Amino acid sequence: MISMSIVKRKPLPSWVILVIPVAAVFVTLLITSIPIIIAGGNVFKAYGALFYGALGSKFNLLETFVKASPLVLTGLAVAFAFRARFWNIGAEGQLFAGAIAATWVGVYFTWLPVFLILPLMLLLGFLAGGLWATIPAFLKTKLKVDDVVTTLLLNYVMLHIMGALLFGPLQMPGSAWPRSASIMDSAFYPILIARSRFHFGIIISFVAILAIWFINSKTVFGYQSRGVGINLEAAKFGGINTGMVILKTAIISGGLAGLAGVGEIAAIHHHLMMDISPGYGYTGIVIAMLGNLHPIGVALAAFFFSIISVGAQTMSRVAGIPIYITGIIEGVSLMTMLIFLLLTEYKIRWTKS
Amino acid sequence: MRAVTKRFVDVIANDKVDLKLYPKEVVGLLGENGAGKTTLMNVLFGYYNLDGGKLLINGEEVTFSSPRDAINHGIAMIHQHFTLVQTQTVLENVMIGMEGSFFLDKKKATVKLLKIEQEFGLNLDPKAIVWTLSIGEQQKLEILKALYRGAKILIMDEPTAVLAPIETIELFETLHTLVDSGHSIIFISHHLQEVMEICDRVVVLRTGKRVAGRKVSESSIPELASLMVGRELLERLEKGEAKVGTPVLEAKNLKGRNNRGLIAVDNLSFTLREGEILGVAGVSGNGQTELSEILFGQVKPEEGEIFVSGKSIPGGNPSAIIKTGMARIPEDRITTGLFMDLSVKENMILESHVNEPISKNGLINMQEIRSFSQNCIDNFSVKTDGMDVPVKTLSGGNLQKVILARELSGNPKVVVACQPTRGLDVGAMEYVHQAMLNQKTAGSGVLLISDDLDEIFLLSDRIIVMYEGKIMGEMSSKEADRDKIGLWMSGVSS
Amino acid sequence: MINEIFSIAFITGLIAATLRMSTPIILATLGEIITERAGVLNLGIEGTMLFGAAAGFLTTLATGNLWLGVFVAALGGIVLSLLMAVLAVYFGLSQHVSGLGITLFASGLAMFIYRLAVGSPTVPPVIDPFTPLVIPFLSKIPIIGPSLFSQYSLTYITWALIPIVSIFLFRTRAGLRVRTIGQNPLAADTVGVNVNLTRTLCLAAGGALFGVAGAFLTLAQQNMFLIDVIGGRGWIAIAMTIFGNWNPLMGAAGGLIFGFLDAFQLRLQSLGVDLPFHIFLMIPYLITILALISVSRKATVPAGLLKPYRREEKGG
Repeated sequence: MISMSIVKRKPLPSWVILVIPVAAVFVTLLITSIPIIIAGGNVFKAYGALFYGALGSKFNLLETFVKASPLVLTGLAVAFAFRARFWNIGAEGQLFAGAIAATWVGVYFTWLPVFLILPLMLLLGFLAGGLWATIPAFLKTKLKVDDVVTTLLLNYVMLHIMGALLFGPLQMPGSAWPRSASIMDSAFYPILIARSRFHFGIIISFVAILAIWFINSKTVFGYQSRGVGINLEAAKFGGINTGMVILKTAIISGGLAGLAGVGEIAAIHHHLMMDISPGYGYTGIVIAMLGNLHPIGVALAAFFFSIISVGAQTMSRVAGIPIYITGIIEGVSLMTMLIFLLLTEYKIRWTKS
Repeated sequence: MRAVTKRFVDVIANDKVDLKLYPKEVVGLLGENGAGKTTLMNVLFGYYNLDGGKLLINGEEVTFSSPRDAINHGIAMIHQHFTLVQTQTVLENVMIGMEGSFFLDKKKATVKLLKIEQEFGLNLDPKAIVWTLSIGEQQKLEILKALYRGAKILIMDEPTAVLAPIETIELFETLHTLVDSGHSIIFISHHLQEVMEICDRVVVLRTGKRVAGRKVSESSIPELASLMVGRELLERLEKGEAKVGTPVLEAKNLKGRNNRGLIAVDNLSFTLREGEILGVAGVSGNGQTELSEILFGQVKPEEGEIFVSGKSIPGGNPSAIIKTGMARIPEDRITTGLFMDLSVKENMILESHVNEPISKNGLINMQEIRSFSQNCIDNFSVKTDGMDVPVKTLSGGNLQKVILARELSGNPKVVVACQPTRGLDVGAMEYVHQAMLNQKTAGSGVLLISDDLDEIFLLSDRIIVMYEGKIMGEMSSKEADRDKIGLWMSGVSS
Repeated sequence: MINEIFSIAFITGLIAATLRMSTPIILATLGEIITERAGVLNLGIEGTMLFGAAAGFLTTLATGNLWLGVFVAALGGIVLSLLMAVLAVYFGLSQHVSGLGITLFASGLAMFIYRLAVGSPTVPPVIDPFTPLVIPFLSKIPIIGPSLFSQYSLTYITWALIPIVSIFLFRTRAGLRVRTIGQNPLAADTVGVNVNLTRTLCLAAGGALFGVAGAFLTLAQQNMFLIDVIGGRGWIAIAMTIFGNWNPLMGAAGGLIFGFLDAFQLRLQSLGVDLPFHIFLMIPYLITILALISVSRKATVPAGLLKPYRREEKGG
């Protein structure tokens, strides 16, 4: 019988770490050409359509940025949390919370001076998501309840809170559907480039990337949250207040996801409905892992996924491939990336017995 | 075993080692930490694969790809850290992995187990749950596991490290019974006295190579010691004099439990003064870990108080302890003291990162961090490829130096060190010992908690002995009576 | 309204619905208990269940054979869990991440295959689902008769599996091996148990159960495939594993409670209780969280959970 084991290898030169993502993408596209072929499509035509649809024209490229914006935010949210080993699977629910807050302000705060509307939406959206995330964080630190499960379950709770609100106080008067009234014009994110959907929220995403990078590398809090994530016991030994660190991490993480929700309201849909998010909170998890929990990595991974997502629509139209190929590409890219990262530290040894 | 070679990445752990074992004998395998003893035995036991050389059983070459093959050939290993499932019963631990019917036949197994127990005098209740057993009893269980599987060759890795003197005597009796009935034993240890007592022959390893083989009757402790180390064993330590002054650390009536809920520290009090080293002796597992956790602020004592330089310090609060300036050397540097994946510099600042100049207003000052870390590396001769490499690339001795550098750079008045030389080779040990002595000469009070009696006698001015969470007695090192201390360590009060 | 709740029809219907709706959860929970007892956290349940639901449904749609659909669903579950084994057991990647990757991949694959096979018709295709298997004499007993003994055969199988899994874990040699690996993989390895192989087999067993659990939803409880057919039940199974303290009997009890809450809130709605129905939908999840809180203090987590097992790590 041949058995496989994983053995540590000699450290590889440092340029390898840059080649890995490229190699992972390449291998992914190779693997996902299989379902494309099964679907009866021409691989080159399909991938060609994908890349053209995402990058081939000015409009398409800007559209890719638009689609990347919420992914950056949820990706950062999850990456920041995972870095402290706070397994925040609840970005989706935190996104909903932010969207609800944004809708509330955007629809009902007509009495507020115009220049305060967007700032208030951002603030309350951030806080809504952040506070929703503190619940599982608190349960984890004080009561040792597993955070994977609680953040998950709370997604469904928030989903149903949203449903109850949309069939209730937030429902658009006169409508039978669970949707809110439209937000006022001054609550729209301004479009920054004419004849496109490139909006203010994209700038917020950029700012978020820089902010998280700053926190991670330049602040005491960033050092502490990394320590907590690597070795909780040593962090406690060193006098770090690990409970507070996790709580603060949760607020920022949930807040970022909340901002993603605000963006969906203020830039894309302009009103709240049940399917306000096509799973951005969950995709954020994959993006965080692909980006190796680093803000720049997250940004690149988000952009990659956006390319896939935007391009898949063109691919579906032009080459007839079902849009769900995106889920397959995302899953495969994650696994490939992880395996490649592993292979930088370990190698496989085959032994016969 | 012929010319056995074992490589890890770029470290050669075993370099063409030869070892012969005959029936009915006890062979001691000697060497300091890192010499390759455990690795060699792991190869014999089938846990590791050979990179070079041969294994021969009764003259025939064999290849082991897993412990199962070794067991089938009658070889069993009793590891330093027991491979038992604490939450299961004695019987279940013995039965695991054995051939048999689909359904567990506990009756049949119990009969077989009891027979073996009787034959070799190892009496344990099959229904007992493992975590309720004492360490000595758990070791007996490990031996029973091996015998149940028909092992003829037993490899014991540092078996006496966790035993009290009485339990060691029991163990040796068991080993004699085993040898008389035809078994062979490989006895890994660095306790030369015990090796001389129980072994017929010894093989000495040093940095991966076999350097000598001797009959015990034809050798002596000093000879073996110098073979192990390659030079004179005696550490050259500078022992300065210091004036013993005011109390810097006092523990009053400390009471604490271990993680099984049993009392581990029982109404314990002591006083540590500046300018002295107070050694806390005792076999591991008598509450030393729990005591250190209380002193370090990791665990809040159920009762009792801690005073540093006369001020009462709240329990269970590491940062309060850190603020007093106490230097803390934890028992398990890897799990408690270090972030293995972070760089050397990031580990250096663990306790100082909240203070200026390392950080200000919540922002860290990288320049200060770098200069502080460089000072630490230089002052404590930490062998590292720079301060930016992950600390896990450092050897055990250098890891401990990082911790010493971190803790001792602030000129602390109090140093509490728990098992500070565990797992270190002689060179690193000497460094740590000198560091402790230097602290004392500089006027600090040092509390040295250690299960290594030689170390305690080497460094301490006063010695107290812990047994089952209590202090059995105190004596000054000048009047030190080794036998009395041994009795205290076994719970016999005078 | 209270009268209605305590009417025989209501209670009978409630018990029947409880057993029915708890079936997929219990199946998935049993699968996860086996897996976690061996030391692996499989977060891929949700995606595996969806794949089972789709694969089972499509097989039955194509062949008209319900049991073949169940079989294919189980097979699909096994394959996905073997993939998890490669990632988390053999490569030793983070179990959290591997599982999430599998959920993502399996969900995408499930929907992709469904869309390829079925396209986007205005009316989704349906199949002839399982009909309840009525046990002749017993089903005539008042109240418990129609509710307990007119269930789908898959439900009966599920209930048979509960003691089977329990006996397997606690009374067989193989079960002892599994439990030992979950507590102390080193202890198992040193006596010659193949840790990685055993973990893989447990993953596969769990995967089969996840696949069947998913298929139950499209082949018995409903008769069509919808994107949100699983509705978070995979995650509930993980919660129930913890809630049940990794014990099949307790885990099944948890699944039963969740099924009860699910069935109860549906019925309350139909009684016209005047609360937005989303509040009802929330109740099972909230109660699960509360249950987890009460249990977490005493939980005896398998000590070897989440740690990949590698031999060649250099020790001292």
